[in-house]
Amino acid sequence: MQSKLAIKFLTVILFFFSFGLIAQDHSNEHQEVSHEQHEGTPEQVSLKTKIKESINHHLLDSHDFTFFSDSETGKHYGFPLPVILWDQEDGIQLFSSSKFHHGDAVAENNGKYYTLYHNKVYKTDAEGTITLDDHHHPTQAKPLDFSITKSVLMILITGILMLLAFVGMAKSFKKGPIVTGAGRFLEPIILYIRDDIAIPNIGEKKHRKYMPYLLTIFFFVWFLNLFGLTPLGVNVTGNIAITFALAIMTFIITQVSGNKNYWMHIFDPLGNSMPWYGKIPLYIILIPIEILGVFVKPFALMIRLYANIMAGHIVLMSLIGLIFVFQNWIGSSASFVLSFAISMIELLVALLQAYIFTMLSALYFGFAVVEHEEAH
Amino acid sequence: MEKLINDFSFGLFFWQMILFVLLLLLLKKFAWSPILSALNDREEGIKDALDSAEKARLEMQNLQSDNQKLLQEARSEREAMIKEAREIKETMISDAKEEAKTEADKMIINAQAAIESEKKSAIAEIKNQVASLSIDIAEKVVKSELADKDKQLKLVESMLNDATLN
Repeated sequence: MQSKLAIKFLTVILFFFSFGLIAQDHSNEHQEVSHEQHEGTPEQVSLKTKIKESINHHLLDSHDFTFFSDSETGKHYGFPLPVILWDQEDGIQLFSSSKFHHGDAVAENNGKYYTLYHNKVYKTDAEGTITLDDHHHPTQAKPLDFSITKSVLMILITGILMLLAFVGMAKSFKKGPIVTGAGRFLEPIILYIRDDIAIPNIGEKKHRKYMPYLLTIFFFVWFLNLFGLTPLGVNVTGNIAITFALAIMTFIITQVSGNKNYWMHIFDPLGNSMPWYGKIPLYIILIPIEILGVFVKPFALMIRLYANIMAGHIVLMSLIGLIFVFQNWIGSSASFVLSFAISMIELLVALLQAYIFTMLSALYFGFAVVEHEEAH
Repeated sequence: MEKLINDFSFGLFFWQMILFVLLLLLLKKFAWSPILSALNDREEGIKDALDSAEKARLEMQNLQSDNQKLLQEARSEREAMIKEAREIKETMISDAKEEAKTEADKMIINAQAAIESEKKSAIAEIKNQVASLSIDIAEKVVKSELADKDKQLKLVESMLNDATLN
């Protein structure tokens, strides 16, 4: 009960603070536009803009892995990653991201020039000129970017970790019925996913087929969410491309495994409860809604995960940024306490979002394979 | 929405799809299938063990109840035997008593009869002896009486005197 109260209290505080932050961000923008005419010394403003930039930078994927940067010397501590580009004219281009010098320089490869603009690769000339259109989008051509970015690297690392953990667990099961090592911790989670997510939603008979997907997606999302909370500063599950890929897989599996009942529910939702001439006027409205629902479900999956992780990162980083903005004992320590509390909540959110994604995927699979029409 | 589309990176999507599907297939083959089947096997094993334990318990119970029954039977048999023995003993005793009594009665009757006949014969003997003795005595008396002729005559006299016709 007390912990619930504490969470409520924190949520309320967070709510007001986040508004404050948004307001601050906006005021920062105005200040930038009006050449810092308003309150605040230039140093403070530049600190705020720096924090904002650093948050924005953190939220985006990047072509090199930077742990931290020293803004005074302009040095970045990290390592470059391979850039792989493809377009019809030039074919495949492969070079190290160190050529970009963290976006400061024009990369030359095989006589072609590329530059980074807002973390996206554009073709350019030797001077790196970028011309913007009315919507502030560059007019230069964009090659397809298959680079091994920070997120791709983290996906690879997570994948390898999962393989190590679970193949090791499988091996330890070969020796006897009692698992050893990390499997002891993972086993109850696997059992939970099977007994409390898959079986109740999909059914005893059919859940087996979907278990590998549900387990993989749960641990994948959870591990990446947790990685996002480490000081490595990766934001993989808060990236729309990742959540889109995950949601589209759930969508495809749902449609492929959809049986007669599933499609009947979409195209004939009322069944035999009404004569055909009564159904027609209703179906003009109902069928489009049902079809829309098919697409809205994975879309909601995608947005839910993306927005939750994204928001968590923004809030957490803003609170950490506030420590430096306040620069006094009370404000900074309050921000520290708050950011600590939010970190704890984010740990919970990391698990919760993985659970929700898995749970809803299982629910949709359950809809797709439902055996008998239940009364609605 | 525009920000979402702008943030969408096709390359990242491409890699995510490829890596995730690869991860899914690898994990399915080398991890999930063995883990899930091992968990299943273990659960089945536990279930079987519990079932057999339950069966053993029931068997045990049956055995126990059988034993109880046997014991009960043995006890009742023993009781029946004891009862029978007691009855036999009682009948034997009573029979013996009866027999003894009839035998005794018979003996008494015989004895009485013997006594009676002895008594009769004794009495008859005594009578005979008494008769012969009295005859002897009488003979002797008569003899002696008749030996003395005067006395006889005197007696006849006296008697004749007494027998005077009054």
